[in-house]
Amino acid sequence: MDRAVHLRSAVALAGRFPALSGVDLDVALGEVVAVLGPNGAGKTSLLRTCAGLLPVTSGEATVLGCDLRADRTQVRRRVGLLGHDPALYDELTALENVRFSVRAAGLGTERVGAALDRLGLVGRLGRTPVIRMSAGQRRRTALAVLVARGPEVWLLDEPHAGLDADARAFVGALVGEAAASGAAVVLTSHEPDLSVPLADRVVVMRGGRVDDVRDGGRCVAGAADRVLVAVRRDDVGVA
Amino acid sequence: MSARMRSVTRWVGASAVVTTALTVWLGLWVTPPAEVQGTLARLLYLHPPIAWVALYCAFGVAALSSVLYLWHRTRSLFWDRLGASAVEVGVVFTALTLVTGSLWGRPTWGVWWTWTARLTSTALLLVLFLGYLALRRVPADPEVRARRCAVAALVAFVDVPIVTFSVDWWQTLHQRGTVLNPGLTLKVHGLMAWTMGLGFLAMTLVFVWMLLVRYRVEALSDRIGDEELEVSLSERWAEGSTPVTPVATTPVTTPVTPVATTPVTTPVTPVATTPVTPVATTLRQPAGGGR
Amino acid sequence: MWRDALLVAGKDIRIELRSRVALWQVLPFAVLVLVLFGFALGPGPKALRVAAPGLYWLAVLFSTVLATQRSMAIESGEGTRDGLRLSGIDPAGVFLGKAAAVAIQLVAVQVLLGAGIVVLFDVHVQTWWLALAASVLATIGLSAAGVLYGALSAGLRVRETLLPLLVLPIVAPVLISGSRAWSAAVSGAVASGASWLKILGPFAAVYLAVGVALYGPLQEVA
Repeated sequence: MDRAVHLRSAVALAGRFPALSGVDLDVALGEVVAVLGPNGAGKTSLLRTCAGLLPVTSGEATVLGCDLRADRTQVRRRVGLLGHDPALYDELTALENVRFSVRAAGLGTERVGAALDRLGLVGRLGRTPVIRMSAGQRRRTALAVLVARGPEVWLLDEPHAGLDADARAFVGALVGEAAASGAAVVLTSHEPDLSVPLADRVVVMRGGRVDDVRDGGRCVAGAADRVLVAVRRDDVGVA
Repeated sequence: MSARMRSVTRWVGASAVVTTALTVWLGLWVTPPAEVQGTLARLLYLHPPIAWVALYCAFGVAALSSVLYLWHRTRSLFWDRLGASAVEVGVVFTALTLVTGSLWGRPTWGVWWTWTARLTSTALLLVLFLGYLALRRVPADPEVRARRCAVAALVAFVDVPIVTFSVDWWQTLHQRGTVLNPGLTLKVHGLMAWTMGLGFLAMTLVFVWMLLVRYRVEALSDRIGDEELEVSLSERWAEGSTPVTPVATTPVTTPVTPVATTPVTTPVTPVATTPVTPVATTLRQPAGGGR
Repeated sequence: MWRDALLVAGKDIRIELRSRVALWQVLPFAVLVLVLFGFALGPGPKALRVAAPGLYWLAVLFSTVLATQRSMAIESGEGTRDGLRLSGIDPAGVFLGKAAAVAIQLVAVQVLLGAGIVVLFDVHVQTWWLALAASVLATIGLSAAGVLYGALSAGLRVRETLLPLLVLPIVAPVLISGSRAWSAAVSGAVASGASWLKILGPFAAVYLAVGVALYGPLQEVA
């Protein structure tokens, strides 16, 4: 199965609200897709749907070969979601959070140290409870959880938000690595400058559906700038 | 709800009114006063039937619908609506059971309330299912609410025998024989038995009628919800723009189509070969620790 | 399931050890309830001694509500709720783990309350094994029912007010059986006291079974 995500006219509900109003999207394994769009366009809901969190009520929806309409729970341990609100326990340290998550997934704990090392969460910072960390450090901890788990589909909701320049560059490297290792990456962003160069394709969402698809900067050499101009002109990323 | 169901509802309603009126007439005017309790015994044409409806019909239906909802092969919002309607009617009937029992108890025992096993467990049951109604009133997505409520009803229902058993035991160990047994003080006369039987029929019909009406209200409000969903779905779809003239090098046109008419094909772009310029592969360890 | 349960229980206990909510809030609250009952019933030692088992269990029930609320608050963040669902942990394991963590806290509460009624109300327990057996069974039942209902009201904005209304009637049999068994343990009437274990045992078993079976659908609150 080389198709990581397959959505056809997918409608997903968040409570009584049609967060996705009919999305068509295919993402191959090894591909990076950036999702742009104004606030409320359904970017986060798209990621949550792919993670098997939002119920799909009509259309087709398959992630990693699992039909989301039949069983949403099977796909969950195979994807990794970096949400707005990092899935961390405040009282636990970065080390404990990553270790809990890795053990929960049934993986060996030897991956924990390496992941923390890569995110610079070592020494005193690694032993600090998450609640005493800054927002950026918390996000890095959440990224470390993802790195340690090594999911087959990476769903990153605004991965650049709140990170310093180093960490942003690191996100870029991470995305590239994940794709190179054969995982699919879907990331949302309000910052086309950062996300478009990383992507094979750029998807623009409006009104809970895919409104436009463009090539990303990773695909066509030199296209990044032109895409940026085009996307900017559409005023994407500004509500 | 179909026209046939509506006419069934009407017929059940009409027969409920007729049988109730007959019970009242027989109970108040035709039957003689009981030997021991006099006119007070007339309450017994009503109290046991109400209790029967509350404890067996209503909560039985509620428990059964919860199980059927939770079992994946019979999962349908039909069971959720039916269960919720049954609990609602059941709560009314349980309250009536307590009130009629209390009205009877005051002249008989001299107090409005005694801590007998039956009274206590009925009161607990009322509180249990009031909790269910409180939970149901919390706004939520219908499926989520249905799941939550089915579990709550089932858990409450599992509790009923435990409550009954423990309260029974608690009472017999500590208040043995302080209370009259209501069933034995009444010698049931032939006509009285008929009236009581009619009372059971009347209350059951009233229950079925209330259940049908309540179900209909529930189904209609769900339909309004569904229609609102349709509207908000098409509104949301329309938020998207008409296709913008593509400026990017390789344009991929995505025609704007209404939901679920023509599937839009989005070609899968092959994996890029241009590598990302390697940036930092590891983050520098920051000088300071956590704030 | 058991491995997952251990993992979740370990995480909850570690969080508790670090935040000390049980230590600084639940335990003092339990003692406060005892003292307030003392005020309500007056200083006559006889009335207090008779009422002590009931007061003890009432205080345990209130503490159960608090401990359950805290146990759910740990998972109440948007991220952590998703995180638990995405983690791949068996829902039955989550249920057992959280119930175990609540049970451990309730044991601490009961040790303190037991000392409390001995010191404050001058109660002498004659049959220790009976009191202990009742406590163990009741603790299992209370934590299972508490966590089950906690999950039911998790994520609701009215959680704080709804949970007591839902949980307290459900655990009424524990209050009845627990206080009767303890009364018997105090007076030494072993035979009548032991029969109450026949309610506490099934109560615990039933709610453990229901929780293991139904926690999965409850977690799916989108």
